Amino acid sequence: MKIVYTDVLVIGGGLAGQRVAIGARRRGFDATVISLVPAKRSHSAAAQGGMQASLANVLKAQGDSEDVHFEDTVRGSDWGADQEVVRMFVNTAPKAVRELAAWGVPWSRVRKGDREVIINGQRVTLTERDEAHGLIMQRDFGGTKKWRACYVSDGTGHALLYAMSDRAIASGVPVHERAEALALIHDGGRCYGAVVRDLITGELMAYVAKATAIATGGAGRLYRVTTNAVICEGIGTAIALETGVAAVGNMEAVQFHPTGIFPAGILVTEGCRGDGGLLKDGEGHRFMPDYEPEKKELASRDVVSRRMEEHIRKGKGAKSRFGDHLWLDITLLGRAHIDRNLREVKEICAYFLGIDPAEQWIAVRPAQHYTMGGVRTTPSGQSPALMGLFAAGEAACWDMHGFNRLGGNSVAETVVAGMIVGENIADFCADPANDIDFSTGLVRDFVEREQGKLDALFASGGTEDASAIRAEMQDLMTDKVGIFRTGRELEEAVDALQKLLVRSRSIRVRGHALGANPELVTAYRVQKMLKLALCVAYGALVRTESRGAHFREDYPRRNDQEWLKRTLATWPDERGTLPTLGYEPLDVMRMELPPGWRGYGAKDYIDHPDTARRASELEALKGRMAGADRFTVQNALMPYEHLLPVSLRGHNERMDERLT
Amino acid sequence: MSEPQTVAPNDHEPPRRLHINVLRFNPREAGTEPRVQTYEIEEAHGMTLFLALSEIREKQDPSLQFDFVCRAGICGSCAMVINGRPGLACRTLTTQFGSEITLAPLPVFELIGDLSVNTGKWMRAMSERLETWVHMNEAGVDLHKMEERMDPALAEEVYELDRCIECGCCVGACGTLRMRPGFVGAVGLNKIARFRLDPRDNRSDDDYYELVGDDEGVFGCMSLVGCQDVCPKNLPLATQIAFLRRKMLANGLKR
Ligand SMILES: Cc1cc2nc3c(=O)[nH]c(=O)nc-3n(C[C@H](O)[C@H](O)[C@H](O)COP(=O)(O)OP(=O)(O)OC[C@H]3O[C@@H](n4cnc5c(N)ncnc54)[C@H](O)[C@@H]3O)c2cc1C
Repeated sequence: MKIVYTDVLVIGGGLAGQRVAIGARRRGFDATVISLVPAKRSHSAAAQGGMQASLANVLKAQGDSEDVHFEDTVRGSDWGADQEVVRMFVNTAPKAVRELAAWGVPWSRVRKGDREVIINGQRVTLTERDEAHGLIMQRDFGGTKKWRACYVSDGTGHALLYAMSDRAIASGVPVHERAEALALIHDGGRCYGAVVRDLITGELMAYVAKATAIATGGAGRLYRVTTNAVICEGIGTAIALETGVAAVGNMEAVQFHPTGIFPAGILVTEGCRGDGGLLKDGEGHRFMPDYEPEKKELASRDVVSRRMEEHIRKGKGAKSRFGDHLWLDITLLGRAHIDRNLREVKEICAYFLGIDPAEQWIAVRPAQHYTMGGVRTTPSGQSPALMGLFAAGEAACWDMHGFNRLGGNSVAETVVAGMIVGENIADFCADPANDIDFSTGLVRDFVEREQGKLDALFASGGTEDASAIRAEMQDLMTDKVGIFRTGRELEEAVDALQKLLVRSRSIRVRGHALGANPELVTAYRVQKMLKLALCVAYGALVRTESRGAHFREDYPRRNDQEWLKRTLATWPDERGTLPTLGYEPLDVMRMELPPGWRGYGAKDYIDHPDTARRASELEALKGRMAGADRFTVQNALMPYEHLLPVSLRGHNERMDERLT
Repeated sequence: MSEPQTVAPNDHEPPRRLHINVLRFNPREAGTEPRVQTYEIEEAHGMTLFLALSEIREKQDPSLQFDFVCRAGICGSCAMVINGRPGLACRTLTTQFGSEITLAPLPVFELIGDLSVNTGKWMRAMSERLETWVHMNEAGVDLHKMEERMDPALAEEVYELDRCIECGCCVGACGTLRMRPGFVGAVGLNKIARFRLDPRDNRSDDDYYELVGDDEGVFGCMSLVGCQDVCPKNLPLATQIAFLRRKMLANGLKR
């Protein structure tokens, strides 16, 4: 049995995973990254539009700060987020952007003087300040008060991931590519690493580590129509669930992006609307102002996606042989702007739709896009249930997105969480109390158990076909666990998914090809994916309210009185067909921003009994502190800085807010 | 108002039957030889090679090996030789060919199986060898302070070269690499050009000369321009190589 020893095992080579590894490595620990694919091919590369950080360099960002970013994020989350974590995040995001700038990311930069932009369909001239020349640019994104998304043309994720990967190479972090974690090694209280399959040879190995971090990204492939890469299957989240101990949080919170190209689901960035693009219906009418007079096309994603589907249901969509869709019109931005700032969009339109977006409208319809749920962690990034297990990035439920994440906040989260968790993991490894005293017997048992499961797939007396089961699951999720949900359909979905899970236990792998054997890969993955799908569908069925991206037609109101809590799913019985759901309440009395109206979407919700009390408490506090600076006031409302690693504490400098 | 354009066969004609010929070989199966296997499938509207190959694997042959990740032309995983020419399979529409489509793995790279090759290993080795990162004084960066300024036009120029997705098409199409297996390829030389442009990288032309001032570097290129023709991101590879060669030549002469 091959065993690899390392201080820190990072499962996942996207932005989050590599930043964790670099952090641990800089503190002198061995960190080994494993990844299904070469690190630079991780799905972080596909992020187009931008990374939120309140640098406040451009005119339309003036007045932006951590405070505004905080409020936007909490409202965006529909109050599902952990507000302390949001504070940690907004304070670190500018540092993350600046670190990446130093590492070579070619951020788009401000040009002083006049420039023409499109705002609300109108051509407007903005005069950028001389002092801003050469600083990092910001563009507008949905659900934000200020322009805050820093970007590199529309290849932001690519540029970030390359700078990050090259920094990992510079730091000597090994990345074991084409390696897949199949199970976590643990004893019910402590995690010791993972059983890993080599996707070239098919061999199983054990990676034994003091600390293990899951940074495996999202689970979009639970759905048929998704913007996610084909490797976004949620396997990392699933293996945490399969420990039976670690919990996954809020899996029912699934984001649908308004502008997947139709029907392929490939994304065109929110930057299209941020830069002034408009949504139009089958008659060419701009419909968003009818529904959302304030934020229009730039309300949060959950709201825009729902409005689009609502409009299609009214029969207002454009018709095509694949069904109805809507249009995204960016022709008004002009060819020069598209050529410079929306190049990937242009390529995608040319290759997949055969159109030129400077001349023609883009066929779009909402598609699954982001997994808000994931491995539940404390603000430090560690699982509260399994010591030595950490999680970061889209795979984690850290939980700064709650029930809807804002565009641009995700790549920001990956890097910020990577910075924070990297430091915390190093602290964890430095503490002798966390040395591991593991038994090779345990490791052997885990490897043998996984080998046994694979062998069983060949020897099974069953006749089930893994690809067919996966396709049925994806159809069910898209058709019944999508943007609009009802109790009846969710019940049908849960029922059908359970049957599929049972059937998946009789999958028969026929081909014995040596090496990775793609047939075998599909077989073991679909068993894990079904468990996650059940967490989504069952969590959605039980949550009888609407919050953020989770919308129940039979319970259309947000219900803080009963549902201001995070869903925690565990899977204690390996042979079971349903997760066990538990709930973690969010404490209104500790919130800096008590629940209210988001500023867009429905105004109708049921208050939590503590909300009024907390609101008046906060008012009184603020009154008493009149005249104090914003940091002192914030600290009195909800202290959070103690949760940050020391090196990441402290204020962020801005043009209009110099450090003294 | 614009209409969606059809990029697929005319609605009225019956769908075409495609013959997809795949060069197959699993180096892990002892005693087997490379062979061409033909799959027949019905063309669908808007079908890309990603969709075609996925359908073949799901419905006909679950053992077929290939690599797709983003399926949107962004990640560079799926480069292969398509009717004789390296390209990204995910964004290649079947309509652009006749009914025979022949697929082979990229040459030069280690074969994993069928259409899957180990570009990652090659690229990591290239990165380590050419030190493809910004060389800087890390201690000098205070993250609390405002970022260093950069000329907006220069930032765009750097990004232009930074758009490389390491897909390996240029390597697969490179005549020089057939003769000089140690050649760093257009991908490697483009990286040097990129870092050379970047004011944050404190290396000098002397340093770059050490890395690429020989026959395995910029002087090895035989200017066959295969690289630039196949680059899916339309990077100005040949131009950059020629430019870099002049700079390195000047540096060499000075030595
Ligand atoms: C098309 C698209 C556009 C986007 N645009 C933006 C944007 O403009 N702004 C923004 O903020 N966000 C955007 N997002 C979201 C954002 O890109 C992602 O949430 C983020 O990049 C995820 O990063 P990550 O590091 O968590 O995971 P990923 O980058 O997905 O990396 C996951 C890693 O885990 C590895 N892995 C997975 N499972 C296993 C396993 N079992 N064993 C070993 N390794 C494994 C993979 O190989 C990969 O290396 C976009 C998302 C999509 C889909």
